[in-house]
Amino acid sequence: MSALLEVRGLTRRFGGLTAVDAVDLDLGEHEFVSIIGPNGAGKTTLFNLVTGLDDPDAGRVRLAGHDVTGFSPEKLAALGVARTFQHGRVFANLSVLDNILVGAHVRFKSVRPAWPAPLSLIEPLAELALALVRPGAVKAEEARMREEALAILARFGDRLLPRKDNPAYSLSYANRRRVEIGRALALGPRLLMLDEPTAGMNQTETAEMQALIGDLKKSGLTILLIEHKLDMVMQLSDRVIVMDEGHVIANGKPAEVRNDPKVIEAYLGHHRADRPPVEEAAE
Amino acid sequence: MSSWIDYTVNGLIIGNIYALLAVGLALIFGVSRLINFAHGSVYVVGAYAGFLAVTYLDAPLPVTIGIVVVVGALLGLGIERFGLRPLQGHAHIAPLLATIGISFVLDQLVQLFFKPDPRALPSTLLDQRFQIGSGTIGALDLVIAAIGLLSAGLLYYFLRYTRLGWAVRATAQDRDAAQQMGVDVDAVHRTVFAIASGLGAVSGVLVGMYYNYIDPAMSFQATLKGVVAQVVGGMGNVPGAIAGSLLLGLVESYGIALFGTSYRNLFAFVLLIVVLVLRPNGLFAGRRRAPPEPLTGTFIAPSKPINLPPSALLGAAAVAALVPLMIPSPYVLQVLTNSWLYALLGLSLTLIAGTVGLVSLGHAALLAIGGYASALLTLNAGVPVGAAILSAGLITAFLGTVLVFPSFRLRGHYLSIATLAIGEIVSLVILNWEWLTRGPIGVSGIPSLSLFGFELDTDRSVYWFTLAVMVILAAVQFRLLGSHLGRVFRAVRDDDVAARSYGIRLDRYKALAFAFGSFAAGVSGGITSHIYSYINHETFNAQLSILALTIVILGGMGNVTGAIVGSVLLVGLPEVFRVAAEYRVLIYGLVLLLLVRFRPQGIMGTL
Ligand SMILES: Nc1ncnc2c1ncn2[C@@H]1O[C@H](COP(=O)(O)OP(=O)(O)O)[C@@H](O)[C@H]1O
Ligand SMILES: [Mg+2]
Repeated sequence: MSALLEVRGLTRRFGGLTAVDAVDLDLGEHEFVSIIGPNGAGKTTLFNLVTGLDDPDAGRVRLAGHDVTGFSPEKLAALGVARTFQHGRVFANLSVLDNILVGAHVRFKSVRPAWPAPLSLIEPLAELALALVRPGAVKAEEARMREEALAILARFGDRLLPRKDNPAYSLSYANRRRVEIGRALALGPRLLMLDEPTAGMNQTETAEMQALIGDLKKSGLTILLIEHKLDMVMQLSDRVIVMDEGHVIANGKPAEVRNDPKVIEAYLGHHRADRPPVEEAAE
Repeated sequence: MSSWIDYTVNGLIIGNIYALLAVGLALIFGVSRLINFAHGSVYVVGAYAGFLAVTYLDAPLPVTIGIVVVVGALLGLGIERFGLRPLQGHAHIAPLLATIGISFVLDQLVQLFFKPDPRALPSTLLDQRFQIGSGTIGALDLVIAAIGLLSAGLLYYFLRYTRLGWAVRATAQDRDAAQQMGVDVDAVHRTVFAIASGLGAVSGVLVGMYYNYIDPAMSFQATLKGVVAQVVGGMGNVPGAIAGSLLLGLVESYGIALFGTSYRNLFAFVLLIVVLVLRPNGLFAGRRRAPPEPLTGTFIAPSKPINLPPSALLGAAAVAALVPLMIPSPYVLQVLTNSWLYALLGLSLTLIAGTVGLVSLGHAALLAIGGYASALLTLNAGVPVGAAILSAGLITAFLGTVLVFPSFRLRGHYLSIATLAIGEIVSLVILNWEWLTRGPIGVSGIPSLSLFGFELDTDRSVYWFTLAVMVILAAVQFRLLGSHLGRVFRAVRDDDVAARSYGIRLDRYKALAFAFGSFAAGVSGGITSHIYSYINHETFNAQLSILALTIVILGGMGNVTGAIVGSVLLVGLPEVFRVAAEYRVLIYGLVLLLLVRFRPQGIMGTL
């Protein structure tokens, strides 16, 4: 299996705290890897480093063989990295459908011309002109994207489709998480990174989400998942990575990791009584 | 040599006075994350309270100061009560906008009571000067220095050694934690507003004595200076505010020595922009730390916008076009023409502040750029008026965007302050760049409107022309909002982090929105200059920026029809009822204050 994502020695310090400490991680094409670990282990920070929202103090990130360390999030999105956010970041005043369409932003080619160097300076003006004049190709592209967005919404059963024109702020918590995942799918990702997609969901909703993520896996998507619900992790993952205090403390098949004494210790929190164990505490 | 000592002393004294303002702003920002735009009004009220005490009560200096402190503190409590407390849980920029409203109301009240003309604030101390080395220092200088030091000492003691002072520091550090530990955050706010406003008021009376001059218009400049000093020292940083103030005083004083008085404020605002962009935490803080959050600046209240069908909009445009035939009164036509010009400004601001979420407080500068561009193109280069107005729009789009571009990385309040400063810089450059702009004399003899060689010399033709331009630009803006760009702009506004993660380059889209919006503002300024035939650096003043903001909030942020409705209501209605000019600003202030509090989504709803 060729590695789609290769992380080497990735480190991020916040003052005296090393949130991510020399982390190595490999993710093969079509692989499904979960990252688990107690709160504060550095999982989200790792996501931020990989997606360009934060800059590492040391280490490298390679995507499909190319060094992408320190790339901006915009650039990484264009390279096919899509993520969701642990605490939910939908565009509150945009309709559900518009949220999905923003997810497809990097795939709008007709209305966002890409020109070589000197011409690229006037790209924004061309984009403005095309948006206002709307030649056939632009209209067709918009129509096609809308179709696809509706198809994405349909994947969530009747959760989102009937609410497609409602503003995202009016949605339930669980539906907002769904919108986020829909938005990530609209990007047409090569690498999908989900940060606790079932946080705050009840059992039915979690099961539904698990089924959806299972479908995504079957469709061949490469997925990196942060999740606290271990049943789900064990059932979905090809491989599980366990983090604690910024380190990777275990990495292997679900069954191996489950019985690793270091993992059990980290989870039971013998060495640090002040940490809430597995289930997410209010953050 | 001796003059340098004088300039230094002068700079430190002015810096001392700024410090009294800036410390208050820093205290308030520290506990409430609010930039209190009413602070300059407190300063003015303080100056006038001192004036009353000195002229009518013959009060000696300590009594005067005592009275001023009490008046200031009471006023501070009032500002906290109306500007901050009711707005907790609203958008973060809501209290800022409310304090702008309060400052309009206070300044206007002072003007109504005391008349707008400047007054003398005599001080017997002014004439006594002592020789030190080769320079001199006045008794008043020493008093000011003493009051500055005494206040700093008292404040230090209060913050360090009293229970309440401890509560203030705890709240400033972590509001929620302080609350959980039983700190009465409301009491902290009241205390801080009272102290801050007491100091601000003293600052006002001291400035009045120093220059033997007070006038109600000092308010806005005072707020700005306090904000500059605070930004330089680091927002919410009390010792930083003092250092920033002294630095600002010195920079201004030496600047005046080198270049003359008209450059004074230019230095202050350039310093502000440079610090904001390069060192947003102030000169004394580490570079990598993020500025204090949360400061997202959008002012978008969830609402169900009223969506008029295109037929209704066309109908409304048709009715507007028929007005000159039905009501031939030149007065009504002029008032409505004016409304359309403001609507153009509103279209611009509603896109920039509403749709893409950059709450600009310096929008009048775009009018000024457009107005000067069109006037000078016709006068100096003989460009036909129609082409000049179009070019003015393009020039404004370009210049406006270039000027604001470095500030796009700023968020929330910081961007708002930056736009405010850029607005002031534009007006000061116009004042000082004499060979191009004719400086303080202004530009006169600007040719009246004409199009393709036809003079638009009747009120009707001017009306139709302005209406047509406005309707066309509104239609284009509708189309823009209906495209993928409308979606992208609003995504940038709602969550810039998520937007970036989906491939949206913030600078690019902010610049696009800014350029598009600036075009309309530039065209509006251009047309205005040809209608007025005379403009100067004060024609498009900072008050207009706030009026524009009130218009777009009234209409509903981001809402195209809202901008037009807001403009007709706010510019047209007072004319129709012939409200006297001095009450108009009062009304704008009140409307802004009430909107922020009770109807942030405006009339037509936010988009
Ligand atoms: N921006 C930040 N500034 C300071 N500390 C941070 C920041 N982001 C995360 N941290 C700290 O880094 C550690 C790891 O956090 P995080 O990556 O969110 O953990 P996880 O997602 O595994 O729960 C925590 O101790 C957290 O407090
Ligand atoms: Mg996390």
